[in-house]
Amino acid sequence: MIIEHIDAQLPGTITDRHDFRGDQTVVITRENLLAVVDLLHREGFQFLVDITAVDWPEREQRFDVVYHWLNLASQERLRVKVPVADGESVASLAGLFKTANWFEREVFDLFGIRFEGHPDLRRLLTWGDFQGHALRKDFPLDGGDVFCMEGCTAPYNNGERS
Amino acid sequence: MESIAMTRQQLDGDKMIVNMGPSHPTTHGTLRIVLELEGETITKATPEMGYLHRGVEKLGESLSYQQFIPLTDRLNYCSSIMNNVGYTTAVEKLLDIQIPKRAQQIRVLVSELARIADHLVCVGVNAVDIGAFTAFLYLFRQRETIYDLFEMAAGQRLHTSFTRIGGLFRDIPEGFVPLTERFLVECEASLDEMENLLTHNPIWHDRTKGIGAISPEDAVNWGYTGPCLRAAGVPQDLRKAQPYLGYETYDFDIPIGTTGDVFDRYLVRTEEMRQSLRIIRQVLDRLEPGPVMVDDPKIALPSKEKVYTRMESLIHHFKLIMHGMEMPVGEVYSATEAANGELGFYIVSDGGKNPYRIRVRPPCLPIFSSFEDQVKGGLIADAVAVLGAMNVIAGELDR
Repeated sequence: MIIEHIDAQLPGTITDRHDFRGDQTVVITRENLLAVVDLLHREGFQFLVDITAVDWPEREQRFDVVYHWLNLASQERLRVKVPVADGESVASLAGLFKTANWFEREVFDLFGIRFEGHPDLRRLLTWGDFQGHALRKDFPLDGGDVFCMEGCTAPYNNGERS
Repeated sequence: MESIAMTRQQLDGDKMIVNMGPSHPTTHGTLRIVLELEGETITKATPEMGYLHRGVEKLGESLSYQQFIPLTDRLNYCSSIMNNVGYTTAVEKLLDIQIPKRAQQIRVLVSELARIADHLVCVGVNAVDIGAFTAFLYLFRQRETIYDLFEMAAGQRLHTSFTRIGGLFRDIPEGFVPLTERFLVECEASLDEMENLLTHNPIWHDRTKGIGAISPEDAVNWGYTGPCLRAAGVPQDLRKAQPYLGYETYDFDIPIGTTGDVFDRYLVRTEEMRQSLRIIRQVLDRLEPGPVMVDDPKIALPSKEKVYTRMESLIHHFKLIMHGMEMPVGEVYSATEAANGELGFYIVSDGGKNPYRIRVRPPCLPIFSSFEDQVKGGLIADAVAVLGAMNVIAGELDR
């Protein structure tokens, strides 16, 4: 239903779509995110449930930023995926949805994806001096030697705070 | 990085910085809030989190689907069984399997018990934080009974790991149902006692009414779910809106508030406990004997008795443990109504033994993110009331 609306009103936006176990997914391009969000908002998808990301290191566009939407009136759910390459940024939704503020900070913290226009893009779960982004597939499971890396600015570097 | 500490120049004047947490009796876990005060009025509140971040999502990528269940216990540790149920429901959606009826009923039963336990803690501790100690004692006696029931069912009080993919770890033991029936009567009485102490108490009204009020539009915009959203007047409950585990067959009501303040959240939680008692009563009435695990050798482990006596079962056990289940390639998002709100699991499977990516959508993270908005301009004593009514559980917040 909603997918047809997006397709009709913003032709060419949806690059891929699939339906698995009743979960509707659309893949859109990075440039069209705000237009799609605006349309979704007008169509009743006013509940932004979640923002997260998935890392596919072998892909050219390495990350998928994944948004989950809920329509409170019809209880319809929609997943919107935006592929981004390493170093590219996505438009922030924090201005439209207050809940996006911390979710985007978390994605930035754990994946290193930047959100353009975010009012306060800081790390959320790890500390400010933390090296790397923990949920990237190339980040070691044991966390690596986070305190004593070369040029490290972590708080316990040789007992001195830098 | 923006520094929270202020320069000497900024500190001159009437402003005072108060650190609440990371270890403070009312922070309910380890989280920190840096409050900037002018007299007793809060002018700025900076929440800091991550003290309990254990990288659950990262760990999940190197554990098999079954091995992830104990990690879900440690999300919202006040109602761990509901996290078990939420996670296994998500994996079952990915596998596209239906669990036996009795397993569904028992899952509903323990989920509602957990909901009561969680609300008891939230309401009781919120009252203690504000200064009403007595209600807490009445409520915690009932929580002990619930934990006794969990111990009977799962062998563990807090970290239950009661569910398995495709059903339950085991059936409920003899003696569970009679004790639950007794609990239904006693809990109702305790709730009455608590309400006698609080609901019409003028001091309780003074401390909670109008504190942390939020409009329905704002609550949706902030991503509120669960009792906090319903207290603001939005009748969204996944048990009614998107029923799972056969919730559509139970008769219960969704209480909603009007202002979303701490008092309304208290009333909503109290009524939800009564409704949960109603659901438990209905489960007990219709509980029929039957299997509690799917009859599918590709998912369910053979019984220990067979593993130790039969060759085929031993091989089967070995295959399931070492190679895991055969998972389809795809991605699912499955949400259940946990005590705090919508607990979502987003699982991406590449067909391997472990999930490629597992995401936990914690209900209290969006709620807690609105903390500054909720307390700004209020008194420092109200910050404690608001924090308690949000029911922030650090294990779930930080994952």
